[in-house]
Amino acid sequence: MNLFKPALILSFAFLAVFGEATLSAPRHLLGAQIDLLPALMVYAALNADIVTLSLLAGLGGMWFDSLSANPLGVTILPLMAAGFPIYLRRGLILRAAPFAQLVLGAAASALVPALTVLLLLNGGKQPLIGWGSLWQWIVMTAGGAAATPVIFSLAEWSGHALGYQLRTENSFRPDREIHRSRKKL
Amino acid sequence: MFKQKNYLALGAVVFVAVVLLSLPTRATARLKLAVASWFLPLFGLANAGQQLPADLADSVLPRRELLQQIDTLRRENQQLKSQAVQGAAIARENDQLRALWNWQKQAPWKLKLANVVMRDPANWWRTVQIDLGSRDGIQTNQPVLTADGLIGRVSTVGYVSSQVVLIGDPNCHVSALVENATHDMGVLTASGPLDTSLVQLSYLASSANLKAGQNVLTSGLGGIFPKGIPIGKIVDAESIEYGLATEARVKLNASLGALEQVWVLFK
Repeated sequence: MNLFKPALILSFAFLAVFGEATLSAPRHLLGAQIDLLPALMVYAALNADIVTLSLLAGLGGMWFDSLSANPLGVTILPLMAAGFPIYLRRGLILRAAPFAQLVLGAAASALVPALTVLLLLNGGKQPLIGWGSLWQWIVMTAGGAAATPVIFSLAEWSGHALGYQLRTENSFRPDREIHRSRKKL
Repeated sequence: MFKQKNYLALGAVVFVAVVLLSLPTRATARLKLAVASWFLPLFGLANAGQQLPADLADSVLPRRELLQQIDTLRRENQQLKSQAVQGAAIARENDQLRALWNWQKQAPWKLKLANVVMRDPANWWRTVQIDLGSRDGIQTNQPVLTADGLIGRVSTVGYVSSQVVLIGDPNCHVSALVENATHDMGVLTASGPLDTSLVQLSYLASSANLKAGQNVLTSGLGGIFPKGIPIGKIVDAESIEYGLATEARVKLNASLGALEQVWVLFK
């Protein structure tokens, strides 16, 4: 089993959570932090196996919640809710098309924060929400949508640069070689 | 078989999430700190990366500028020394007067400097992580401030880092008083999700005499924040609940969006 792709996806998730916690430029410029985990879930749902998808939802959610005031584990379910339906229908999705990636990224980036806030409210927590949250939701959706094709390209590039290369098939077969020679009479 | 594997994986993820969410608060807090500690090497690297340009800039600063800075710092130092002497005299006088009236002595503040290492990645909380933890003597509910004023309190303590919940977060309520003739008191509560510089001052009396620009300080009630820490200034006030109460907007002195170094107050 090639562990390169799962390791690559989980490393991306780890770095994405770290970046979200340390880089405050989007918050200053746009008023909201962009979450890259939903976009990564879309990539994993379209290009990885179910174990990697589950690991990404579990570990990514836990990493995100550990650096946040969220209760631990609350982000896991929304991430899985965004990735699992895409995984089940991935045979019908044109995964190489940037527009499809953009639309799926937008849908996942809109769904994950909305479900997380719903779970928080359902659990009796009082997150900071108001009319301004609508703007933050739009920024997160648009940011996640824009990030999805970038993540696809980055992952593809990393796969080519660091992963195993596909062995090109040679059409030459020695058993089917035609030996031409003059018959000795 | 293929579908069964998918649903087994989904079931496993749901099971893990439900178990995590139903753990006791203490266990969750410990687990959270353990998971967050995975990021510590990266924070170290990030801090070193941020420090490097500053160090490089310092090493190429012209001698003339350095001498100017030393001169300015010397002057400031002398000024502060004279102010400290004056302050000590006032404190002695205050202690004597308190003793005359049999009032309890005021304990001086002890402060510890901390670096802000990260912000909450979620948009619906207002917290930051600082690089001081239980090994530095940090405990929960210690007030955190900057030179400009109060910013929040310590909410969770790890071994090497702690989480600070900032003013304006729904989990940080501060009892405050307005510096006016009637010393109107209220509670600072959650603010809007976008503007971090404005917070609501609620539960004010309907007769509160508020004007823009009046200072807001901690009242000392509640037992967490000592009295007299500056918080901000009144922006405007309005009568709510059919005139039964007043609510005001307060502009914070400290800039919560640009926190780099903060002080943790030890009582």
